[in-house]
Amino acid sequence: MLLRIDDLHVHYKSYWYVNQVLNGVWLRMDEGERIGIVGETGSGKTTLLKTILRILPQNSSIPRGTIKYREIDILKASEAELSKVRRSEIGMIFQDPMAALNPVFKIKDQLYDVIKYKFLADGSNPSKAVLHEHALGVLESVSLPDPERVLESFPFQLSGGMRQRVMIAMALLSAGKLLLADEPTTNIDVTLQDQILRLIDKLVKQRGLSTILVSHALGMVRQMTDRAYVLYAGDIMEEARTGELLDHPKHPYTDLLVSSAPKISSRRIGEGIRGKLPDYRSPPAGCRFAPRCPYAMDKCHKVKPKRTALNAEHVVACHLYE
Amino acid sequence: MGDNTILSVSGLRKYFQIKEGVVKAVDGVSFSVKYGETLALVGESGSGKTTTGHVIMGFYTPDSGELLYKGSYNLAVPMKKRSLELKRDVQIVFQDPGTSLNPKHMVKDIIGLPLRIHRLVNSSTIYNRVAELLEFVGLGEEFMFKYPQELGGGEKQLVAIARALAPNPSFIILDESTSALDVSSQAKVLNTLHKIQKEHNLSYLLITHDLGVVRNIAHRVMIMYLGKIYEEAPTDEFFGKPLHPYTQMLLSSIPALTKEDEEVKPKGVESVGEIPSALSPPKGCRFHTRCPFAKPICSEREPPDIVTDSGHVVRCWLYE
Repeated sequence: MLLRIDDLHVHYKSYWYVNQVLNGVWLRMDEGERIGIVGETGSGKTTLLKTILRILPQNSSIPRGTIKYREIDILKASEAELSKVRRSEIGMIFQDPMAALNPVFKIKDQLYDVIKYKFLADGSNPSKAVLHEHALGVLESVSLPDPERVLESFPFQLSGGMRQRVMIAMALLSAGKLLLADEPTTNIDVTLQDQILRLIDKLVKQRGLSTILVSHALGMVRQMTDRAYVLYAGDIMEEARTGELLDHPKHPYTDLLVSSAPKISSRRIGEGIRGKLPDYRSPPAGCRFAPRCPYAMDKCHKVKPKRTALNAEHVVACHLYE
Repeated sequence: MGDNTILSVSGLRKYFQIKEGVVKAVDGVSFSVKYGETLALVGESGSGKTTTGHVIMGFYTPDSGELLYKGSYNLAVPMKKRSLELKRDVQIVFQDPGTSLNPKHMVKDIIGLPLRIHRLVNSSTIYNRVAELLEFVGLGEEFMFKYPQELGGGEKQLVAIARALAPNPSFIILDESTSALDVSSQAKVLNTLHKIQKEHNLSYLLITHDLGVVRNIAHRVMIMYLGKIYEEAPTDEFFGKPLHPYTQMLLSSIPALTKEDEEVKPKGVESVGEIPSALSPPKGCRFHTRCPFAKPICSEREPPDIVTDSGHVVRCWLYE
C-alpha cells in the first residue's frame, strides 16, 4: 500500500462560517497505480491533493481522518518529515502554471532553488555549475527545445506549452514515488493537451511513478488512469476500474455526469443535472447529492449512505445499492 | 446567394497594429450562415475566431471585406452606426457568465433591460415577459428575484441566454458560451440552445474549441487556423471524413470517452508544436510548420479551395 486515506474531513474557516468541504473521503492506492479523481468545479479535488502534501491554507482544519503514506502518518508527521516527503517523494503539477511560477524570477532561479534544497538535504552544497547542469538535464527530460534560453527567461516570455513543461519538470524533481497532477492541462488547447499528456505518461512510465490525476475531463481520466474515484461535494460517490466506471456507472451522479459529456461519435447528449453544488456552510445532512438526485428517497436526505462493495473493485456510496 | 442566407461574409480582414508589428487576426475569411442553422467556427486560442465574431457584432470595424446581413444590412460598420433594429436582431452570449452579468442587478432587471431599451413590451407587462423568457430557458419564475451570485454556472449562462433572447433576435453569436461550465450544466445549456433554435428558427454562429460540443449542436463546421479557414463541411461529413491534416490533428488529440469516440479519431497524425504568433504567420499554408505531410509547395504558396461533391471544402495542397 502506497497511500491510504480514511474518513478525511477538511474544513475552511471564513469570517463567519465554517465551510465543511471534504466529508469523509477514502482512497487506497498501491505502488505503480495510476489513479484518477473525477470531479466538477468546487467538488474538493484540489483540497484533497493539497491535504496529501499538507499544503493547505492557514484557515483550514482537519477535524477527522488519517492519511497514511507508506509508513508515514501524514497528518501527525513533523515538519521535518513532511519536508522530506515533499522534497523527494511526492511532487505536484499545479493547475495554472502562470499562477504557480513566480512571475518576477527567471526560470533558472526557481529551478535552482528546488535542486539546491535537494542537494542540501543530502548534506552537499552544490556549486552554480552543478545546479546549471542539473537544471539543463531536467528541462531536456521534458523535451523543451533550447533549454539554455528557457533558463534565462521569465515565465511570461514562454509559451503556454513551455510553461507547462517547466511545471512538470519541477514536479518531477521531487516526485520520487508519487506524482500528483491537478488538472494539468486546463486552459490549454487540445493539441497541446495531447502532447502534455503523452509527455507525462512517458515520464511516469520511465521512472516507475505512481500517479493521482485530478480532472473534470472524463476522456482524459479514461486515457490516463487505471482506477478512478468520483468526488462530489467533498464525498467519494463511487470507485471502480476507470473503464468500468465510465462504461457502467452505478451511482446516479456518475451516470448523469457521464451521459452529460458530449461525445464526438454521436449527437446524443444527456439532460444534464439540475441545480447546483450544495453550500459548504450548511451541506445536506444525508447524501450530499440528494438535493439534485432524480432518484432521491426520504432516507437520502437524512442518512449519509455507506460504502457498498458491488464487487472487489467497484464500490458505490448510495442508498439505492444498500 | 440563395434566399435562405441570413449572413454572408466575404474577404473579411481585421488587423491590429501593436508595438511589435501588425497582428493579422483575421486574414481573408469568407462564409455564410443560413436561417435556422448552427455554423461552428472552431480553432485553437489565437486562431482569430473570437475576432471574427466581434466584427460581426460591431465591436470592431473590419479592415476590408463585406458582411451582408439579411440581404440588405451592412455589418461592416461599428456598433454606433447601426440602427436600433439591427442591434436588436444580432445578439451575443459570452464565455463567462460570472463576468457578463451585473452582480448588483436581480435577474428580472438583467433580462428586463433589453426589453426596455427596445420598447418591446408595455412597461406594465415587462415582468410577465421576463417570466416567460425564464420559463423558456428552463428556469422558473422564482429566479426573477435572485442575484447572479445565488446561481450556479449553468443557471447564470441560461440567464445570459434569456437576456440575448429577450429582444427577439434572428442571429446569436455563441462565443465559447459553454466552455466555462461543468459538463453537467453544459448539457443543460446545449439542450436549451437546441430547443430554442428549433422553436424560433434562430441562426447561431458557434465559436468554440470543443469539438464534442460542435458534434452535438452544429449543422456545419469551419476550421480556422491563424486567421484563415482551412476546412468547411457539414457536421456528419466532417467527423466521418476529416480531410485537412490540421483537422485530423485536432480530432486525434481529443481524449476519447468511449470506444466509439476512439474509432472516430484519425490514426497516424500525432499532435506536434504550438500555434505560431499571428505577428509573423508562416508563408504559404500557415499550418505547414506543424504538418506531418508538408511538401515544398506548402511553404511557398497558399493552398487553393478544393471542393468535393458532398459540400466539403478543404484548403490543402494534398488534395490538389
